[in-house]
Amino acid sequence: MTSEVKTNNVPTMEVRNIDKSFPGVKALDDVSVKFYPGEVNAVVGENGAGKSTLMKVMVGAYKQDRGTIHFQEETVSFNHPIDAQKMGISIIYQEFNLLPERTVAQNIFLGREPSTLGVVNVRQLNKRAEAVLTEIGVESMILPTAMASSLSVAEQQLVEIAKAISLDAKVLIMDEPTASLTSTEVQLLSDLISRLKEKGLAIIFISHRLAEVFEVAEKITVLKDGQYVGTAKTQEVTPEDIVYMMVGRVLDHYFPPLGSTEDFGDVILRVEDGSNDFLSSINLELRKGEVLGIAGLQGSGRTELAQALFGAEPFKSGSVELHGKTVSIKNPSWAIKQGLGFVTEDRKSEGLLLMQPIRDNILLALRSLQPLFGWIHPEGIRESRKLVPTLGEQVDIRVDSYSKEVQDLSGGNQQKVVLSKWLASKAEIFIFDEPTRGIDVESKASVHDLIRELTLQEVAVIMISSELPEIIGMSDRIIVMRDGTIGGELPAEASEAEIMLVATGQDNSNSAEPS
Amino acid sequence: MTTGTISVKNLKQAVQAIHIPPVYYFLVIITLVGVTLDQVFASGNILSNPTIMTNILVRSVALGIVAVGQSFVMIGAAIDLSVAFTISLTAVLTSQLMQGDPARVPMAILIVFGIGIVIGVTNGLIVTKLNVNPFIATLGTGLIIKGILNGTFANYKGSVPKSFQSFGYDSLGPIPISVLVLLVVVIIGWFILSRTKFGAHLYGVGGSREIGRLSGLRTARIVTGAFIISSITAVLSGLFIVSRLGSGAPWVGPDGVYDLESVAATVIGGTALAGGRGGVFGTLAGVLMFGMIDTVFNQLGVDTYLKTVLRGALIILAVASYSIRSGREAA
Amino acid sequence: MTTSAKKPLSMQLTNMLISVWNLIKRIPPVYPVFVVIMIAVGQLNPNFATTDGILLFLRRSSPLAILAMGQVFVLATGGFDLSQGSLVTLTIIGSSLIIYNNESAGYTAILIMLGIGIIVGLVNGFVVSFLKVPSLIATLGMLLLIKGGGLYWTGGAPKGYLTENWRYFGRSYIENIPVIGRFPLAVIILVIVGVIMSILFYKTNLGKQVLAIGDNARTSQLSGIRVKLVRMIAFLISAILAVVAGVLIGGYGGVSIVAGDGLEMQSVSAAVIGGALLLGGRGSLIGAVFGALTLEAIFSLLNLLGLPKPFRDAVQGLIIIGAVAYASITSRRRD
Repeated sequence: MTSEVKTNNVPTMEVRNIDKSFPGVKALDDVSVKFYPGEVNAVVGENGAGKSTLMKVMVGAYKQDRGTIHFQEETVSFNHPIDAQKMGISIIYQEFNLLPERTVAQNIFLGREPSTLGVVNVRQLNKRAEAVLTEIGVESMILPTAMASSLSVAEQQLVEIAKAISLDAKVLIMDEPTASLTSTEVQLLSDLISRLKEKGLAIIFISHRLAEVFEVAEKITVLKDGQYVGTAKTQEVTPEDIVYMMVGRVLDHYFPPLGSTEDFGDVILRVEDGSNDFLSSINLELRKGEVLGIAGLQGSGRTELAQALFGAEPFKSGSVELHGKTVSIKNPSWAIKQGLGFVTEDRKSEGLLLMQPIRDNILLALRSLQPLFGWIHPEGIRESRKLVPTLGEQVDIRVDSYSKEVQDLSGGNQQKVVLSKWLASKAEIFIFDEPTRGIDVESKASVHDLIRELTLQEVAVIMISSELPEIIGMSDRIIVMRDGTIGGELPAEASEAEIMLVATGQDNSNSAEPS
Repeated sequence: MTTGTISVKNLKQAVQAIHIPPVYYFLVIITLVGVTLDQVFASGNILSNPTIMTNILVRSVALGIVAVGQSFVMIGAAIDLSVAFTISLTAVLTSQLMQGDPARVPMAILIVFGIGIVIGVTNGLIVTKLNVNPFIATLGTGLIIKGILNGTFANYKGSVPKSFQSFGYDSLGPIPISVLVLLVVVIIGWFILSRTKFGAHLYGVGGSREIGRLSGLRTARIVTGAFIISSITAVLSGLFIVSRLGSGAPWVGPDGVYDLESVAATVIGGTALAGGRGGVFGTLAGVLMFGMIDTVFNQLGVDTYLKTVLRGALIILAVASYSIRSGREAA
Repeated sequence: MTTSAKKPLSMQLTNMLISVWNLIKRIPPVYPVFVVIMIAVGQLNPNFATTDGILLFLRRSSPLAILAMGQVFVLATGGFDLSQGSLVTLTIIGSSLIIYNNESAGYTAILIMLGIGIIVGLVNGFVVSFLKVPSLIATLGMLLLIKGGGLYWTGGAPKGYLTENWRYFGRSYIENIPVIGRFPLAVIILVIVGVIMSILFYKTNLGKQVLAIGDNARTSQLSGIRVKLVRMIAFLISAILAVVAGVLIGGYGGVSIVAGDGLEMQSVSAAVIGGALLLGGRGSLIGAVFGALTLEAIFSLLNLLGLPKPFRDAVQGLIIIGAVAYASITSRRRD
């Protein structure tokens, strides 16, 4: 099953023995994969398994440290993404690459406008765009002259596919294309993929959703911790097999033991009927000492819930009780004063000051609680000098100096810096949004241990995650979000299937099979 | 999905594709306010007076030409604050080189345009190759021009020949030549932006350097091109000013606040400070708005210095009316 | 044997050289540049190398050093304050008008101007924080407002005069000091302002938060920093220091309606030469003071070399482009 699948025809693209390292992490370690024409090869693996890095190497956005790339049996090397593009390798990134203020046609042909003597032939431009849109069968949905900003996420993705087709792509890489699509849109996309397959494209499909992978892909390639595990034919394996390949071991030492009912203290936070522009009728309770897991699909309102609780996008109606007292959490500054801490999903843009030393990052929230013109060492220099190393050792930040700038740390160490920031401010309610995204396996386990340790210190934890094993392994209770509200609550150790049923709205409302 | 919903959607997309910059609504409002003020304080004598209306247009010409160039730079997500001194340099050099002799006109014009191109290339290279923030880069080149200018010319030097002054004063039928020149500049600007590859690429690079790079655009060349266009319009503007004044002095550019006002007119016209959006027709409306306000103030006898105060406030408020809705934190 | 003994020695030597080089690399370039220029000036003009010469140089540089410190606060948050120079001018011509009718009003004039400075700083901060106007436009607009306002107030030409007590701070000396004889009051004010600002910048939460906002405003907000308030305070500090600098400049040079022209760019240059990063996150007060001294030393050098005064602008333009280019090459922001 983990052995190489033999195919007779020639691979469109092949990578051999690829290594790629970043400071602190070996992202790819001797990875070799072949991609064949007319075939969808899904690349799966946990976060941090090296999928995105491999794709970036394949399109020339990163340069591999070792190994070779072959395109139609010839060794190639890309100095710039445009080189790969010209050869026929296109990628559709998770974050979109359209100019919002330009039309569909202008976006598709950016840099390749039909023109004579530098003057763009607008009619020709729109005509060609329409032809490409027709080729993928979406001409009735998307006008060549529509502004990209007026399109839905799914439509924007279709435009990107059209762009790839117009580039005469032989290899099309789709990085989590379904992450923010509705189920009808997903259906549309998978229809399109099968048509592209008939055209002989080699399609590389990256997704977290195994159900979809099994539906669209002929082959599944598994990466784990930057290493190639194997490629399997979809018909020959079950989702369980793939999960086993991805995890390697059956969820053994990954998670610390769950809490027990006697550990849980009083209700520290209660929300009743909380609503704002993104959320409606949120009701939840949080007890001291427990980890409340929040699951749900992308766009179901998970992060918005965290932002509402933390005052970044406050609730507009309903009531919030902290320690039994009704309060209104107006802004983050106020939330922090009340003992909340928020470990955001995007560390670099929301959690860290990259150019500042570790020390100032750790003390950031603590200092914001103190008077603006107050002395930076309110408890005296000696105490203050001790605080940072103490916290650093507690969360196990491995550096030679706390004066080092945070931008020079690995993802795992950066996440620990964010954690210590809230430990320093003595938060009593921790909200984690994807606490282990993009960090290596070892740091992952220690972050999980730290979360559990927190609960032993009478801290309440809300943990949002898109990784179901993490939700199941860590949560004492699970809330599943759906369409901006709470779809249902499940006890500890609920199964992935149970969670997915609630997340997709098929628990009770309708009995149709997931498509 | 039914065909009905599709055509409604297509219609919506089509409507969104036609952009009317909101500045035109402003322009209408300002006109109405101006007319009302005129009626109340001057019993309608100001705006019904053709001389005054021509004046609004002529006053708008100098700012309008340079603002078209500024629009290019700002669509490319940069800014050009050296234009005021480029205008001064042009005005001084032109009168110095022409010395009142009509035969020297072509030579002088060629030289000042040449210098304009050099300034544009320099700005572009400093921004794209040395990675200097465009704001600082062009303030820096502005200072360099200012220093050389003030160190070399202390006062009005030389003069332009009478024939050259027709650019500033003559009319073709009822329309002043200068206004025609402005219109031609605006139309050329519109054509380059919306009909040429360079224009399309400039929007691309301004909207996102990264997308531009991934699409294989030569971002440095495109941004440099925008700076060259900006300098060329500044030179043209300088030529117009010197044809009006008859002789150039080092302070004509900074005194007219052409740097800041061209930026303000462009922003008011709907070009985002962050780049990638906008066009010259919006800018033209922004310029006309300034011209209108200016003329009304003048006719109402508002003190020159007070006018500067009001302009400063107006620039801030005009930009605020856009930025406050963007929801983005400014710095 | 001999070869094997030599090898570690040469390696030791290289290692030592490398560590010394690393140490040298960490010295901000402003200090060696300053020293080199001072030596050059001293060589060209022997009078400069005397105690009195240096004190005069320091007195001349004090206003710019004070302005640069204020600019560092704003630059660190990621903004610019381009209204500084016009506020310097307003301080001088405003005071002369206040004193015009009442000769004993010297100190009152300073207090009133400080009040106006506070208002200007708050308005700058308000426009940037709450109206979300980029500070470049906001403070350039403020420059027009102040310039026009000042000229409107005076009617376009300097009026009145500055009394002895007003000019005291800018031009008088503390006399009868052993060894050095006399010491300029302006330099003492620079030292006092420097100490207060250093405490604010390096030793209070405000200083850390100013840098935090410039580094990443979103992170700062989510970590409890009141971003708008801190930004307003940065503009406030810059404006107050501009008034202080105005008092020193007016005291030294008398009434002029162009006294402050271009100072905002000089202070940005000084701060950048001193290691401040445009768009925020990095900045050094001491660096900015030395940046100001370096700039003044360069101006002195140009003077000694016989370059006409207007060329200062050109040189300054070159310096600021060079300094920013140097900063963007050496300390590039990483994603």
